[in-house]
Amino acid sequence: MTDSKYFTTTKKGEIFELKSELNSDKKEKKKEAVKKVIASMTVGKDVSALFPDVVNCMQTDNLELKKLVYLYLMNYAKSQPDMAIMAVNTFVKDCEDPNPLIRALAVRTMGCIRVDKITEYLCEPLRKCLKDEDPYVRKTAAICVAKLHDINASMVEDQGFLDQLKELLSDSNPMVVANAVASLTEINEASSSGQPLMELNAATMNKLLTALNECTEWGQVFILDALSQYSPKDEREAQSICERITPRLAHANAAVVLSAVKCLMKFMELMVGDSEFVKNLTKKLAPPLVTLLSSEPEVQYVALRNINLIVQKRPELLKHEMKVFFVKYNDPIYVKLEKLDIMIRLASEANIVQVLSELKEYATEVDVDFVRKAVRAIGRCAIKVETSAERCVSTLLDLIQTKVNYVVQEAIVVIKDIFRKYPNKYESIISTLCENLDTLDEPEARASMIWIIGEYAERIDNADELLESFLEGFHDENTQVQLQLLTAIVKLFLKRPTDTQELVQQVLSLATQDSDNPDLRDRGFIYWRLLSTDPGAAKEVVLAEKPLIAEETDLIEPTLLDELICHIASLASVYHKPPSAFVEGRTGLRRALPKSSGDNDGNSDQQQQQQQQQQPTVIPNQDSLIPDLLNMDVSAPPVVPAAQPAYTGGTLDLLSGGLDSLLGGGGADAAAAPAAGATPPVGGTNTSSAGLLGDIFGMPATAGQGYNVPKQLWLPANRGKGMEITGTFSRRNGIISMDLTIHNKAMQPISNFAIQLNKNSFGISPSSPLNVPAPVAPNQSVDVSLILATTGPVQRMDPLTNLQVAIKNSVDVFYFATVMPMHIFFTEDGAMEKRVFLSTWKDIPSQNEVQFNIDNVNMNADGISNKLQASNVFTIAKRNVEGQDMLYQSIKLTNGIWVLTELKLQPGNTTIVLSLKSRATDVAQGINEAFQGILHS
Amino acid sequence: MIHSLFIINSSGDVFMEKHWKSVIPRSICDYFFDAQRKANNNEDIPPVITTPHHYLLSILRSNLFFVAVCMTEVPPLFVIEFLHRVVDTFEDYFGECTESIIKEHYVVVYELLDEMLDNGFPLATESNILKELIKPPNILRTIANTVTGKSKEYSVSATLPTGQLSNVPWRRSGVKYTNNEAYFDVTEEVDAIIDKAGGTVTAEIQGYIDCCVKLSGMPDLTLTFMNSRLFDDISFHPCVRLKRWESERVLSFIPPDGNSRLLSYHIGPQSVVAIPVYIRHNISFRDVGGGRLDITVGPKQTMGRVVEGVVLEIPMPKCVLNCNLTVTQGKYTFDPVSKLLNWNIGRIDPTKLPNMRGNISVQSGSPPPESNPIINVQFVVTQRALSGLKVNRLDIYGEKYNPFKGVKYVTKAGRFQVRT
Repeated sequence: MTDSKYFTTTKKGEIFELKSELNSDKKEKKKEAVKKVIASMTVGKDVSALFPDVVNCMQTDNLELKKLVYLYLMNYAKSQPDMAIMAVNTFVKDCEDPNPLIRALAVRTMGCIRVDKITEYLCEPLRKCLKDEDPYVRKTAAICVAKLHDINASMVEDQGFLDQLKELLSDSNPMVVANAVASLTEINEASSSGQPLMELNAATMNKLLTALNECTEWGQVFILDALSQYSPKDEREAQSICERITPRLAHANAAVVLSAVKCLMKFMELMVGDSEFVKNLTKKLAPPLVTLLSSEPEVQYVALRNINLIVQKRPELLKHEMKVFFVKYNDPIYVKLEKLDIMIRLASEANIVQVLSELKEYATEVDVDFVRKAVRAIGRCAIKVETSAERCVSTLLDLIQTKVNYVVQEAIVVIKDIFRKYPNKYESIISTLCENLDTLDEPEARASMIWIIGEYAERIDNADELLESFLEGFHDENTQVQLQLLTAIVKLFLKRPTDTQELVQQVLSLATQDSDNPDLRDRGFIYWRLLSTDPGAAKEVVLAEKPLIAEETDLIEPTLLDELICHIASLASVYHKPPSAFVEGRTGLRRALPKSSGDNDGNSDQQQQQQQQQQPTVIPNQDSLIPDLLNMDVSAPPVVPAAQPAYTGGTLDLLSGGLDSLLGGGGADAAAAPAAGATPPVGGTNTSSAGLLGDIFGMPATAGQGYNVPKQLWLPANRGKGMEITGTFSRRNGIISMDLTIHNKAMQPISNFAIQLNKNSFGISPSSPLNVPAPVAPNQSVDVSLILATTGPVQRMDPLTNLQVAIKNSVDVFYFATVMPMHIFFTEDGAMEKRVFLSTWKDIPSQNEVQFNIDNVNMNADGISNKLQASNVFTIAKRNVEGQDMLYQSIKLTNGIWVLTELKLQPGNTTIVLSLKSRATDVAQGINEAFQGILHS
Repeated sequence: MIHSLFIINSSGDVFMEKHWKSVIPRSICDYFFDAQRKANNNEDIPPVITTPHHYLLSILRSNLFFVAVCMTEVPPLFVIEFLHRVVDTFEDYFGECTESIIKEHYVVVYELLDEMLDNGFPLATESNILKELIKPPNILRTIANTVTGKSKEYSVSATLPTGQLSNVPWRRSGVKYTNNEAYFDVTEEVDAIIDKAGGTVTAEIQGYIDCCVKLSGMPDLTLTFMNSRLFDDISFHPCVRLKRWESERVLSFIPPDGNSRLLSYHIGPQSVVAIPVYIRHNISFRDVGGGRLDITVGPKQTMGRVVEGVVLEIPMPKCVLNCNLTVTQGKYTFDPVSKLLNWNIGRIDPTKLPNMRGNISVQSGSPPPESNPIINVQFVVTQRALSGLKVNRLDIYGEKYNPFKGVKYVTKAGRFQVRT
């Protein structure tokens, strides 16, 4: 008989039957019954009704039966917490059992029962087990701490389990060390503070490295991951660590290998690039990476994603290993696509012949996605390896001859790029391309073809006919195609003005009058105006020489790459995103805005943040912001819409220039253009609205808070039923207070004041009740100061400094929100030691650096320093570099976040540049505002 | 770490779930099913899937999906390796890993999973230790138990797994055999791509040395090779002393009891690999009326060994309706659904080369396929490792007895593909 019999019992009264069997006197019958219960449980049947009966079986010498009961308990204790208490005694007793197996099993199971009441009883046995004489029990207990932390984090901290866990790092048994590391890592991962629990110094490193040799493969992964966090003090130390890690590359477990690769890649950064040691190490790294590609496809996939990063960082590492990336017919598609990516990265003059013949082979395969990517890869090879361009082009032409629809389309897209890279070289093939005009149905291919026609209009006799044929269905086209068509026809007109006037008129009116798309309309207007005012200028702009496209595409931005290298072997390396970008709970910790140019997401994020920071003090007032906005002078510096596709290089300049003149000319001028109705809002709100908003918000005038923030209206009388509240925040001698003026504009006296603050980012809470001595008579006002503590509950607000307040009086309860100036959180002990400052500055990744300009500062460095010092911004160092004064300052916030700043003062310039770095970049905007306020006060 | 595991069969039923922390509802698998729908076939489902709150890491083995659910940043290879280890363990315990086998041994499976992972951290994954904790189902033992009157299916041992704490966690203590034997299997798999003209595009060797050691006590073995410089890369079982290998190129180890993989090695495409078979092929499709096929297989560079177990697999283009062929040796089948042409040849007689030729009928009206199909080849060459690797000698220290020793060499086709 096998276990499958347990699945077949479907008759009625099953539970009842099991119940009687569980209470049977015969041990055998009891065990069989428990097995049946477990089987029912695992297939999802509800057998929780049997809880007391199963728990009764727990008191047994039979280890198997005990284990089965434990399995049951883990599953159902949550739903029957009161019943689960019944089991506690047995657990506590088992933790004293002479058999270490039973002790370990008991503490392990107890940790798995996620019931608060049980955890209370767990503390004592756990403390004992952490000191047990038997390493098997200790290592089980180490994991149990992480379990407990998951259920009740504060209890773990209060009971000192973390310290006990740290002590286990120096345990004599390597398995215990590995589990302690694993447990600490998990706790770290879960804790919101993000402060590393493990302090890695030379001594702990040594212990970990010793344990590394002797613990299980899984333990090795944990230890290697922990090791990779260490920053060696010099090259020599890095080398000796590397030497001790290198043997791990020969481990059979792929996870160990990849974690070792991570450590080595990271520590190699500390060494001189062309030293003998580094050369040797790179030689040793290649073979294990290659071996990973002979494993299961899932392992291959993860390995390939990581190799993609590694070859970007160190292209020399695998340059001879091209062949292992050749695609096999039966590779899963996810492996194929990754291999292809790496093949392109490794392509060089030395191997291009082989690569091309492989790519050509792939382009005839069945899988459409793969074929497309292969065709694209051929184009990328042409751009990357100049000597091969000709061969690539002829390969692409061969592929176009196959007439396979999607192959032709992809080929045309990449040929456009090849034209961009090697102008005036391969235009002879245009006629072949034109033959396939009818088969193109994808927007990207159509847009590329149109671009080619427009760009080479003078060589294509029937360019006007071809473009006209596209024009017929103009409104059904994708925006991308519409934009390209517009530009192409304008190009054509500028090249052959005589016979294409009608065409250009047609497309301009289609774009400006009949289209709802603002981008298209704007571009249409700009062209129109350019052409009508100064065709010469139009020619210069539209037909300007285009910059060549870069050799390598798809490269990961270097600072991100560096960060990802530190995350080799983790999920981040698979996603090619830093963990903060996708791991839950990390977002608040360090949201790094990638500062790469052209990263639109980043920019708009920042703007959004700025926007939120500027929220009006009283929530419903939001609307009032908009008229302010509209009154602003919009003669902002030219804004380049970075979102334009790269190949419109010529038009990029055109847009910004055109925009300037449009805006400068004002609405009336623009209205002179045909189809006037739509014009005025176009410039202001559409194309560049995001950019403009950013500029407006960036203006110092609106950043009104400062050192002595004047009282602001928080609650107008009409909303407060006659009570008007103005207020501000201040910090004196380390005490934060909220200064309120309550003005009674009502007819009745108001009394019985009370205040409550909602949870907020900094844990601000009133440390005493609101003390308003007597009722406030009508038309009287009272000043009150409320001392605040920073020990209240914390909840992240958006913006960070937002504070929601409720004030109660004899009339009603009133709610309003206000923004706290950041400087009230600068603590008095914020002066950092010089050396610490230096290393911290280096430690914080550069994408955490945020820069701001502070205008109109008429003070010298010392003046600034003194003024800031009064607000607890401490100057750590002052330097003079090439005539510029540099001030280095540190700030500590009440919640323990350190912010490091650098102020750059240029002589004769009233604008100073503020760069600040912090592990939590969210505070940057608030700090900037505080600086603005302090320096302008 | 690993929160939960779901085992899903090919028809999309979750038939087993195990949670090591709080229970995650089955509905999480819907994200996996979404990915499954998007993929062309089961092999193409990406192994890492992101959902709003969880990460699903999956492997596909013996047509079952093992889907692990994680919530924090984990090393994905860690999870994937662990999942493979789970399947290895099941195969080790039950002989194979299928849905019916898992259901048949549900409680043991559940106990195993519970023992292998604690709170998401791997606990005991060495088969030797697991077998001490949870006895594998075994007909012999069942009989023995009945005879001795002990309770049947007493599958959990009451003793502490000693190996788990010793310096040699892979070996249990107190091993005793009446016949002491140690066998080593050197297996090499050739992965290759052969181009249309018969040239080798790339060829590499993936080699393994699996051992079956049944030695009493705590033997300390050393194994030396005739030509140890062959390896481009080598990965060892944890029992192998790395220092000794690095300095002397000698494998020194205390072997795990029973079967284990001692080492695996890789010989990359930069070394010259002698391909033991060649395929002469001519597959052509006409514009109308289907195509013709003519394939001959022959041995090449086999050093006098016989090529056996030859099977050719040709995934035909979708438009192919049927194949009408004659073969001089073996049997061929064509599956009109999967379009797979399979020719089972067996042993190649060098004097009379096997040939297959005939017509391919194509759906009328459909254009000829854009490219010719690929040929997947399987073969076995016994008594020889393709790389020429040879074990020199095996010595035993620490124990007095003189064991029976044996080494076997086999070369196989791994992923061996011929483009036509």
